[in-house]
Amino acid sequence: MKLQSLASAIEQHVADGACVALEGFTHLIPFAAGHEIIRQGRRNLHLVRMTPDLVYDQLIGMGCASRLTFSWGGNPGVGSLHRLRDAVEHRWPVALELDEHTHAGMAAAYCAGAARLPFGLLRGYIGTDLVAANPRIRGVTCPYTGERLTAVPAINPDVTILHAQRADQQGNVAIHGIVGAQREAALAARALVVTVEEIVERLPPAMNGIVLPHWVVSAVVHCPGGAYPAYTQGYYARDNTFYQRWDAIARERAGFRAWMERHVLGSRDHAGFMASLREAA
Amino acid sequence: MTHYTRDEMMTVAAARLLWDRCVCFVGIGLPSAACNLARLTHAPDIVLIYESGTIGTRPEVLPLSIGDGELADTAACVVPLPEIFSYYLQAGRVDVGFLGAAQIDRHGNLNSTVIGAYDSPATRLPGAGGAPEIAAHARQTFVMLKATPRSFVARLDFRTSAGFLEGYGARGRTTARGGGPRAVITDFGMLVPEPESQELQLGALFPDATVDEARAAVGWPLKVAASIESIPPPSPPELETLRALHARTREAHSRPVHVPA
Repeated sequence: MKLQSLASAIEQHVADGACVALEGFTHLIPFAAGHEIIRQGRRNLHLVRMTPDLVYDQLIGMGCASRLTFSWGGNPGVGSLHRLRDAVEHRWPVALELDEHTHAGMAAAYCAGAARLPFGLLRGYIGTDLVAANPRIRGVTCPYTGERLTAVPAINPDVTILHAQRADQQGNVAIHGIVGAQREAALAARALVVTVEEIVERLPPAMNGIVLPHWVVSAVVHCPGGAYPAYTQGYYARDNTFYQRWDAIARERAGFRAWMERHVLGSRDHAGFMASLREAA
Repeated sequence: MTHYTRDEMMTVAAARLLWDRCVCFVGIGLPSAACNLARLTHAPDIVLIYESGTIGTRPEVLPLSIGDGELADTAACVVPLPEIFSYYLQAGRVDVGFLGAAQIDRHGNLNSTVIGAYDSPATRLPGAGGAPEIAAHARQTFVMLKATPRSFVARLDFRTSAGFLEGYGARGRTTARGGGPRAVITDFGMLVPEPESQELQLGALFPDATVDEARAAVGWPLKVAASIESIPPPSPPELETLRALHARTREAHSRPVHVPA
């Protein structure tokens, strides 16, 4: 059993300059882990995530990242990610190199990564300027039909970090609800850290709930509420009000810094972060 | 006549384009409202797919994001994201894709990536998401976009998703399997592609809108179809259903969230 504290798991598995994927498609976003990366002051990370969401807005705004692989960078249903925009438009706080894709392209790249194939294949990126903007998106000819198809390089993060409902004592991980590309991102990575709501003696029988078997899991962290303000199906709902409030919090540099200093840098761990939000409410 | 807003008229007009049992890939915002209005009125067995992998979802309230728990709770099934894009969308199992964008051009090509140059943008937009492949592979697409000369432009700053490319059959010479935009629903009515040139032209107007208003709102010399359809105003049941949906949504989204410590 590799049960670890969040601080020690991040310390051990996320180095400066590493390629890091925090996955979870709206559901199960590992916010607590993202905050711990910020607390530990990691720099020069290559962040990978289909939908950067608020967690990458925070990491980027705090200067942790120099490169971003992504396919949709907004605040869902609300608008812009202001810190991501500031980094791209004004290189603040540091320049951010973009490796930009479509959802279908990133899904294919994760699948290839999980299978340790060199590239993902799809009939995609048709008629889009993304092909000119990103030289990593290339064409390949089908050896059977001669059709030109699109290739995207496999994604193999140094570490993938997920949040999940449960793990058992051996480190097997169960996920249910919207699963995004979590399984593919997990199996594509060299190391896998999973924060969970609960650690149980034995996982409830669920033939098709995603189970990441213990030998692909590098570390399990018990971290209740670790997806907040995203959600964990069966535990708590998405805090849509917080997502709406984030627009104002992150709009200006000073206000963003102050919020991060008070709530993330000013708290020791995720429980402290949640307590500081309750105090401010 | 009951008063209604242009947003409501757009949503109702878009909902009417959908039919019962059609399989529809839904975007967030106005498209999501339109698709669910169709489901709650004339298309009870419409199959709504959100790109988070929820299939046949029947949300009681509109989701704020494409992956709200409400969508999973009320779905017929939830599949992994790579599956939705490759086994369903790319495989040709989606009838209708609903798209929005920041900019559209006269051939229905869309920009949701940047305003200005890609490497030094004036405004960095969220980006492509699922749109390029939805635009390519859904059997047809509907686009919903409010009209200003900044959004309906002669030339896109960046082409994120293909409509009819340069028109005159250019799209048909690509590997895109779907038919492209069938209608663009906007503030004054609908634009539809002219069959040969595939250029968007004014095909229908809302009750209180005019051709002059449409021309003023579009950044290219807008052509007008031989006959312009007049779109009936929202019926009382349509309006009542839509407003009740929005009211339930507001209430649900302002409910405090309890997070276990």
